[in-house]
Order: sequence, then structure tokens, then C-alpha cells
Amino acid sequence: MLLTITELSKSFPGTRALDGVDFDLAAGEVHALLGENGAGKSTLIKCLTGAYQRDAGEILLDGQPIHPRSTSEAQELGIGTVYQEVNLLPNLSVAQNLTFGREPMRFGMTRGRAMRAEARETLKDYGLDIDVGRDLGSYSVAVQQIVAIARAVQLSGKVLILDEPTASLDAEEVRMIFDVVRALRDRGLGIIFVSHFLDQVFELTDRLTVLRNGRRIATERTAGINRMQLIEHMLGHELEEVEKKARRSAPGVPSDRPEMLRFAGLGRRGEVEPFDLTVRVGEVIGLAGLLGSGRTESAELMFGAKTAQTGGASDADGTVAIDNPRNAIAAGFGFAPEDRKTEGIVADLSVRENIVLALQASRGWARPIPRAEQNRLADMFIARLDIRTSDAEKAVGDLSGGNQQKVVLARWLAMNPRFLILDEPTRGIDVGAHAEILRLIQEITAEGMSIVVISSELEELIAVSDRVIVVRDRRHVAELTGSDIESETIVLWIAAPDAQDGRAA
Amino acid sequence: MNVRTYPLLATVAIFLVAYAACYAQFPAMLSTRVIGNLLTDNAYLGITAVGMTIVILSGGIDLSVGSVIAFSGVFIAVVLRDTGLHPLPVFAMLLIITTAFGAAMGGLIHGLAMPPFIVTLAGMFLARGAGYMLTIDSVPIDHPFYELIDDAYWLMPGRGRFTLIGGLMLVSVLAGMIIAHRTRFGASVFALGGGEQTARLMGVKTGRTTVLIYAFSGFMAGLSGIVFSIYTGSGYPLATVGTELTAIAAVVIGGTLLTGGAGYVFGTLVGVMTMGLIQTYIVFDGSLSSWWTKIVIGALLLFFIVLQKGILRLSVAGGAMAGAGR
Repeated sequence: MLLTITELSKSFPGTRALDGVDFDLAAGEVHALLGENGAGKSTLIKCLTGAYQRDAGEILLDGQPIHPRSTSEAQELGIGTVYQEVNLLPNLSVAQNLTFGREPMRFGMTRGRAMRAEARETLKDYGLDIDVGRDLGSYSVAVQQIVAIARAVQLSGKVLILDEPTASLDAEEVRMIFDVVRALRDRGLGIIFVSHFLDQVFELTDRLTVLRNGRRIATERTAGINRMQLIEHMLGHELEEVEKKARRSAPGVPSDRPEMLRFAGLGRRGEVEPFDLTVRVGEVIGLAGLLGSGRTESAELMFGAKTAQTGGASDADGTVAIDNPRNAIAAGFGFAPEDRKTEGIVADLSVRENIVLALQASRGWARPIPRAEQNRLADMFIARLDIRTSDAEKAVGDLSGGNQQKVVLARWLAMNPRFLILDEPTRGIDVGAHAEILRLIQEITAEGMSIVVISSELEELIAVSDRVIVVRDRRHVAELTGSDIESETIVLWIAAPDAQDGRAA
Repeated sequence: MNVRTYPLLATVAIFLVAYAACYAQFPAMLSTRVIGNLLTDNAYLGITAVGMTIVILSGGIDLSVGSVIAFSGVFIAVVLRDTGLHPLPVFAMLLIITTAFGAAMGGLIHGLAMPPFIVTLAGMFLARGAGYMLTIDSVPIDHPFYELIDDAYWLMPGRGRFTLIGGLMLVSVLAGMIIAHRTRFGASVFALGGGEQTARLMGVKTGRTTVLIYAFSGFMAGLSGIVFSIYTGSGYPLATVGTELTAIAAVVIGGTLLTGGAGYVFGTLVGVMTMGLIQTYIVFDGSLSSWWTKIVIGALLLFFIVLQKGILRLSVAGGAMAGAGR
């Protein structure tokens, strides 16, 4: 084996990002690394490239143990990385980018002509015949990506990590990249391919490894596994039986409840195809689908974070304006986004300040919430949601992931919304807090609030949802209720490349 | 044609058109006398603007240069007055001081991860204050060596004077061009301007590069201070107030992207000359207030900022089109 990783572990405060993961890579193979967000893919890669230091475990390259401490050290060892965002300089020429740091010199000056000749020569191996004197930024992302690969291979030359290299490319460009990758594989490089496009994984890779919640779930030959098995590995379903029972005993039959909101024909080109959705009082609707399927985009349209090009929302009183978040909030909507750290909490503000933030914003600056009222709200939610903090004045950034998520939840609950969207509410938080968040969701709905939950974890969706909408390829393809809400059916709908749309929502 | 050369071409075109317009009105503008004076009068500005170009290319800014020029003049004048030293060793001492001063600012910017704006703002007050500490008066420089330099010029055909300090500016620009465009250090400067994180990933020693960038700017400011003291024949702590802003304006009018990463040192020379041209025109006209210089410079700056924004859009759209074409 070219690269062998054994029992690799890495923890961050509040989470165990990698838990005894094994991984190996042969020379001349393309090995896919798969998993939903937060599964541990990027942590694994960062341990390999020296961006993170591992807590435990061993990495062997060519049989020698290695401890890369920085990207450049990893490069010298032979491990090169190409990211989704091209990590080259768009303001320098292609030739400068390719030869950066080892430009041909004469009399202390760089030799432009020799540099360009060298760059042309290098790119010839990649079937690229372009004017290397032009700025890198003037070329398409695919060309930039190939230049980045060429540079990484030149500098390292044993292991090439491709981290979502195709995420912003069209089909033709993807083929260009794939040809390059195959040629490199045939030259004997070991290539780790990270992607959430399953088609590409099946087309390009020899083996695949699935991570979930920081653990390795499976390593298989790509040819020996089918789409459904793969998705099952990625989304998991072990907990299902236990939690489903808990949920089914919850009161009320969904279809009997009064209708609260109706979204009709909501859509936006390139994001989600128009969809209809009816929300009933006190209902939990789960949105299932893979990363990039259009589930987050659906939520953003419903909340007005992105303006819908078609369709709109209505309730019993008529039309509801959801063209921007401000109007949506005024209409009693709430949205806790996926990326808690950058879009959810304000890390430097205290728990109290974070909780009253949205409420204060909706009142306007002219009517400040009295401090006593703020304290009352903060204390109430800390008690009610069981937020573990020494006191209400502690900075939110110092809390664990689960408690941060509860603060975000508290902020929206303080607004007393009727319709709340939670995007990946349990991402990156530990198992105990996980169950608590799910319990909270059920409590809230018991009071009549309706919730849309987006999650990569099927068991979680199955546990809390009254209805599950399956999103695939930017379309709402199925609506499952009652006993249909089980992982096998959901996986079938997520996987089915050309299933009949009989039950399409 | 690379879109990034457009601002440079625009700068050159504007300069040529403006010169042609001036010539049409005052044919005497196209004489070696005017050209010689243009070089001499703007020598100190041009030299410090070369340093500023490198700083701005790296995505930084250096607000201290105006004060450093004034400090230099005062330092030279006071040391020459109070000691019997020859100006040449004094120049050497001064250049060491200003270079070290720049390097220290660069070190702070990198070490404390502080915005260059703040650090060099502090440097601006420090250098100005240091000048006041030496003297609060204008100190004349009376040294035979200065008279020697004043007389060192080449009488061009048409009786224009190509002075030593004018020539020094042209040499500075040439040196700046080589450093920025033909050395690894220059490539690192552009890399920093393109994105510090990426630059580091590509192997740029960011700390060393940052220190060198501001040291270079300090050196050029010191050199500019020497030239200014020769030009005025005195040292005065209140001199060259706001010169840092004029230098920044010259760099931007010269087609360098204010956010860094793209530009040409040669453009800065054209930018300086354009500003000098406006001033000369006002002198020729005789009836215009000198404030018109500022107004025209303001308008030009605005034009270049808009132009660069437009080019940025254009290159993004161009990239997308190239992508679609494949």
C-alpha cells in the first residue's frame, strides 16, 4: 500500500471528529472518500495535509510513519492537495503559478521565456494547450483546476487529494478533469477523490470508503456495491426502530390537523424546481436528500433568503409575503441555518444577547427590550431548553456545539414563530445533545408550531417527522407519510435515478 | 490582450491625450525645458511612489512616507549643521534609519497581524514627531556638495535641464520595475496581493516578504527625502504633509489596483507625470487657481476606480465565457 492510515482519531471541543478511522490507498488507484457534511472527510484530509495534528493513530507513507505539520511539509513528503476553490493566484500568469517558488533564474532575475516554455511543456502532459502568459484568472475553473493539479503533482507526486474538485464544473469540464485524473492514475499516483456526486464516484473510482459521524462505515470495491447500499452506508438506519416507536406514540394524526401554510409552485432556476408544500399546524416535515440535492435551497426559498422566481405562500388570511427574510420573519417564520458558526450565532455576544437578538431586531432600535425582560427571557430559555452555561452572560462561542444550537433555537422561540425551519440542527453536536434537540422539536410542535427539519441523518428524520419529503436533483420527488417513513423507502427514492414519479409531491 | 493591462494603457493614453491638448494650447509645453522640469519637480514624489507601488501591489498601504520624507530633510539639515560630516555618510545613515523604520513597521504588521493602515498611521505620527524633536524651524542646508549636485545636470538640446535627481527618479522606476516584475520577491509581492492565505499555501514566506516590502518603502521614502532636501535646499519638519496621499493617488492613476495584486511600476511613473502635467498646465495658464490640480486629480482617481471595477467585472465575465466555451 502506498498510504496506510490506522486508528486515526481527532477531537475538537464538544465533538469527536474522527474516531479510530482506518484508510488505505494503493498506488495507481482512485479511492473515493464519501460521507455527508460533518462525517469527518475534511478532518481526515486535514490530518493528511498537516493542517491538523492528529490525536492518535498512525499514518504510513511507503511504509514509513509520517507526521506532516504543515501543508508544505506534506507536499515535500509527496502528498499534494487540490481543493474545490482553486488555491492558486488568479492575478498571476499560468506560467508563474506553475513555476512559483522555483522559477528559472539568470542574474537574479526570473527568465520569463524559459518559465513559459517550462509551463507549456508541463501542461502538454495534461492535454492542455493554452497561452501560459495570460492571467490564470482569465481561464475557466476547469482549466484552473487542471493547472492546480499539475502544480500539486509536480511538487509532491505520490498522493494526490482531490477535495470536491468538480463541484463548480459542468459535465464537459468534469470529463476534462476525469481524463487528467485517469492519466495520473495510470502513471502510478494514488488519488483520493472526495465528492458528493455519486455518479462521478461510480464512474471514476476503483474503491470507496464511507465515513459517518467520524467513523469508518465501510470500504468496498466500487464495482461491487450499488447505489442503494452506498446511500444506506452514508445515511445509516440503525437507530430507526427504537426512535420510530417513540414518535408514533406522539399524539395526533397528521392529516386531521388544520392547514396553516401553503406554498405553491415555489421555485428558482438552477436551485430548485417549483414545488408545492402544505404545512399543517403542529406538524414536523422532514426534508431528506443528499448534499446538493436542493434541500437547503428549498428552505431558503421558503424563508426568502433566496427570492423565489415562481410561486408564493398563502395562509388562511391570504397571501404571505416571503420575498425576503424580513417579511418572512414578520409573517412568523424562523430559519436556523446549516452553518451555525457563520450564519447562526454571534460568538462574541453573550447567551442573553444572542437570545434576544432577533426579537430586538424585529422591534426596531427605537424600542429596546428592557434589561429585566431580557434577563427573564434568557433565564426562561436556559431553563426550558436546558442550555448548559455557567450564566446568561457567558459568550456563546465558549459553549459546546449542542448548547450553541439550543441558543439559536431559543432565539427563534423567543420570536414565538408559527413556522420554523431547522437546517441540520444536530450537525456536529454530540449524541446526548442530539437526542435532546430531537426531544425539543417534539415539545415545540406539541404547542402548535410547525417545523421543517433538514437532515442528512435518516434515523433522525424518521424519528421526528410526520411527513418526509424526498429531494433529488433539485426536485421534490416523493412525499412519504405514516408507515412509509422508513429508511428503505427513503433510500430508494433518493437513489432511484429514473423511478416513476407516481407519488411525486 | 490581457485585460489587466487595460488600466496601464488607459493611463498612458490619458497622459498622451492630455499632453497633446496642452500642446495644442501652449506649443511651448512640448520643450525639453518643460520635460526637464517635470522630471525634476516630481522626482521626490516619483521615487516614493515607486515604494508605494510595491506596498499597494502587496495589498498594503504606507501612510508614513510623507512624514519620513520630512524627517529625512530635517535629519540631513540638522546633522550637516551640527557636525562636520560629509553629506554622503549622512545619506547612508539616513537610509539605514528609514529602511529599519520601514522594516519595523512591516514586522509589526506581520507579527501582530495588524492592518497596515493602523501601523503606518502610527509610523506617520512617529516620524513627524521625530522631525519636530530635531528642530521646529526650517533649517537651510549650506554645503559645497549640495551646490555640486545642483550644478550636476545635462543641458538637453533646447536648453532643458536633465538633472541628477530627475535621473535618479528614472533609475528608481527602472529598479522598481525589475524588482516587481522580474524577481521572486516581486512574484511574492503579487502573490500576497492576490491573497495571503493562498500565497502561504504556495510557499511564500509571508513574514519575510512583508518586512521587506515595508523596508523597501522606507528606503524609497528616505531616498525621496534626500532628493527633496536637494530640491529645496533645506529641511523643514512641516514639509510634505499629505505626500503619502499624493503618492497613493499617483499609484492608482498609474493603473495599480488599490486592493493589490495587479499593476505596473511603469504606470506609476506615468501617473506621477500626469499629475505634474496638470500642475504645469495651470502654471502656463496663469489664471487658474492651483486647487484645480486637486479637482482634476480627484476626477482622475474616480475614473480609475470605476475603470478597475469595470475591468474586474469584465474579467469575471470573460472567465465564465471561457468556461462555457469549453
